Amino acid sequence: MRDRDDEWTGLMRAANSGDDGSYHRLLKLITPALRAAARKGLARAGQPVDQSEDIVQDILLAVHLKRHTWNPAAPFAPWLFAIARNKLIDTLRRRGRRIFVDIDDFAETIASEPPAEVVPAGEVALHLEALPARQREVLQSIAVDNVSIKETALKLAMSEGAVRVALHRGLAKLTDNLRDS
Amino acid sequence: METEQLIRILAADNRRRSPSVGQVLAVALAAAFPVSLALFLSTLGMRQDVMLAMHNPFFDLKFVVTLSLMISAMAVGLHLSRPDAALGGWVALLFVPIVILAIGIGWETMLPQRLPMMVRLVGSNSMTCLLAIPLLSLPLLFAALLALRHGATARPVVSGAFAGLLSAGLAATLYASHCPDDSPLFVATWYTMATLTVTAIGALAGARILRL
Repeated sequence: MRDRDDEWTGLMRAANSGDDGSYHRLLKLITPALRAAARKGLARAGQPVDQSEDIVQDILLAVHLKRHTWNPAAPFAPWLFAIARNKLIDTLRRRGRRIFVDIDDFAETIASEPPAEVVPAGEVALHLEALPARQREVLQSIAVDNVSIKETALKLAMSEGAVRVALHRGLAKLTDNLRDS
Repeated sequence: METEQLIRILAADNRRRSPSVGQVLAVALAAAFPVSLALFLSTLGMRQDVMLAMHNPFFDLKFVVTLSLMISAMAVGLHLSRPDAALGGWVALLFVPIVILAIGIGWETMLPQRLPMMVRLVGSNSMTCLLAIPLLSLPLLFAALLALRHGATARPVVSGAFAGLLSAGLAATLYASHCPDDSPLFVATWYTMATLTVTAIGALAGARILRL
């Protein structure tokens, strides 16, 4: 657990200094922990656990857009779990249940947990469709076609800067729409 | 969308840096303050004898109280914009303006007074105070809430309340230059009531708009 936390913190610091690869790796590493916590929360609220992926993606978006509130001098895990806990409570409350989410849900995630059945998340995809065309094209190019920013810029006849701006605005908008839905 | 795909998007956006909540709050307040100032100058304005009043320590004390409230509330509000922040001892910062005000009250009671205590407390301008501070604070509160939205508080209601406190502190600083009542008893009664009104508005608004 200690090693894991140190690894996350190190990756996040590297990400902050501009290392996209570390950031990608960090997000991949935290996803199983977030998924397990979301499933536990859903189970406790008496809701189908296979809906967890929407919550996971919701948390990942929040982590991304709020990462400037992480203090680089502090460990990353407590910050991450605070974001995740809030998102989870919020989601479950919006679905009409009062629920107490235990911090241990996040802290005690077992790495060997079997890969569970999940319904593919639909909410993010749904809101993606509603974005302005340019933002949607950029996001889809990177997500679905797995194309780099550089190649996306070439493909869409945009500058790299414009692609980055469209990407960031698209993400912010996506998150706003998700929150208001 | 697969989570793996979403992660690709997020990683591609890694180099995009957001300003800190403190920076956003500073810009937001700098933009909103002229609005409150214009509102103040076009309606109430400073009191006629302001140059003379500055030699009265109790007039000056009002600014120390209101500004220390603003600074303390801003510090707590910014602290709470981190999701993993514990409220803990930070609330104690609010004792700074309270203690200053209490010292002022004690100090005043030790001096010979022309007016009896109740007259000083009731003052001559209490209704204006109760209205002006909340109205002047609205542009500031709006700005502060928008700025805190850039943060990630785990306590939307408390954060909203601190946005209310800081904007009331700044609005009261403006109002204090108009207010003819300088007794710390007046400040402790009416300024506090006006401030609590703004705090309640901030808390209610925070519950809605400061959710993560």
